[in-house]
Amino acid sequence: MSMEDLYQEIILDHYRKPHNRAPALDDEAVHVHHSNPLCGDEMDLRIRVVDGHLDAVVFDGEGCSISQASASAMTDATIGRELKDALDLAEDFRLMMHGEGPSRADDLGDGIAFTGVAQFPVRVKCALLGWMALRDAIETYESGSSAHTVTHEE
Amino acid sequence: MSIDVRAVRARYPVLDRELDGHRLVYLDSAASSLTPEPVLAAMEHYYRWSRSNVHRGVYPLAEEATDLYEGARTDLARFLDADPRGVVFTKNATEACNLVAYGYVRQHLGPGDVLLSTVMEHHANLVPFTQAAQAVGAEIRHVPLTADGQLDMEAAAELLADGRVRFAAFVHVSNVLGTINDVARLTAMVKDANDRAVVHVDGAQAAPHLPVSVRDLGVDSYAVTGHKLLAPTGIGALVARPELLERMEPFLTGGDMILDVTLEGATWNEVPHKFEAGTPMIAEAAGLSAAITELESLGMAQIRAHERAFTARMLDALGTVPGVQVHGPKDVDLRGSAVSFVLEGIHPHDVGAMLGSRGVCVRVGHHCTKPLMRCLDVAATTRASAYIYNDVDDLGPLVEGIEAAAAFFAR
Repeated sequence: MSMEDLYQEIILDHYRKPHNRAPALDDEAVHVHHSNPLCGDEMDLRIRVVDGHLDAVVFDGEGCSISQASASAMTDATIGRELKDALDLAEDFRLMMHGEGPSRADDLGDGIAFTGVAQFPVRVKCALLGWMALRDAIETYESGSSAHTVTHEE
Repeated sequence: MSIDVRAVRARYPVLDRELDGHRLVYLDSAASSLTPEPVLAAMEHYYRWSRSNVHRGVYPLAEEATDLYEGARTDLARFLDADPRGVVFTKNATEACNLVAYGYVRQHLGPGDVLLSTVMEHHANLVPFTQAAQAVGAEIRHVPLTADGQLDMEAAAELLADGRVRFAAFVHVSNVLGTINDVARLTAMVKDANDRAVVHVDGAQAAPHLPVSVRDLGVDSYAVTGHKLLAPTGIGALVARPELLERMEPFLTGGDMILDVTLEGATWNEVPHKFEAGTPMIAEAAGLSAAITELESLGMAQIRAHERAFTARMLDALGTVPGVQVHGPKDVDLRGSAVSFVLEGIHPHDVGAMLGSRGVCVRVGHHCTKPLMRCLDVAATTRASAYIYNDVDDLGPLVEGIEAAAAFFAR
């Protein structure tokens, strides 16, 4: 495998200088904790919701460069979106990780740089961690709860 | 006489491969060893020349197949200095551990009894016994570690002091820390505390690398797997005292393991056959015999000496890389050739990806030892593990790959 196929420069930029990485969020609506026990990745994701839109999305945690960079790109791509729209985008990213061409390439923003990860099945769950946490956070919000913990099995 | 690594390497066809122009550096033998030509030839010969089933046929091919299969049993018994009547073939060491958990622990332990384990166990030697102990209402105790990754024998003595430990299951050589446990000493401690106690040892990481005498260790059962000692996947064994096997119930029933069957019930074949239901792995047994021949012709003491020297050089090499922290004993007399390390600030997945892109094969992750990872306070490690075909030329690419990862993922 080629390092360049997997680790595009955009990915490394997000890894070195993550966007919206924070351990807390004012007026937080939902906090979810996701872990991937096979890798030992841990992710805390917090969202603030205003008028049915994602007003803020922040993440914190530990993991490989792919998981951290993907979460960072995810926050850029989803902040400001309506909840349903963000869920739709998360599904588009998930399908991209399973080898399907994204139908919303422009909306994914830097998330599109993760296309190559689909060729590395072991790393797909790393790239998905932040997006799956976001989906869970929105669904948790819609169910009327404020916190949820999920452990991802393979 | 020391091992001629160049001659050894010539017997492993995969070592001729290049990966993206890089020499293949295989440092993942603790996960699975490579396979030498004679093992491949032995399996192919069975399929091409003696293909038939074992134990029933009265024609020459079936007799040859039976000889191959039963010959592997005596070969493994000789290799581990054990009684061939105590060798039960399984598909791997995990199944061997499960056989003891189901066949012994679930039959003979109960409330008030204690099962002794350790925090450094592979899940294969932990989960079956945790489940079994819980099913029968037995208590479980775990021997903790010392600061340098050895079993804390003082703590073990305290855990044994009330004489209630009826069963102990622990590992001979840690697949993560490399620690070589003093099996004979801990076994004696367990039996001194309770002379009815049974001791089971996971030898998956020891049998490929050290001279092992199951008899001298004094244990009641010892689990091994073929694929870590040059043999094919799909064959392992429980090597036990025949008296223990007599007291165990089979957990797979069916053909070949019975003495007589009526419509209402059955009686079991003699040990070890009562634990081998159905057609066994015959080609794999032939491969196992060939693998044992390879190891015996090199000599287990020589193999240990080679790996001890290689491991010393590997520890030295890793010590030169800024940010690398090695887990487990630093003294090569106390450890085998599996070396786990973390590179500060960089996830093992990223380290492993960089090494893999340069042809260096290592294992990253929790190595099926989640409780140990929690003890070490790490999520995962990178593990480089050596065998008879590794030489010092493999260390340069390892070190350069780690340094490349440090530079590439620097923040």
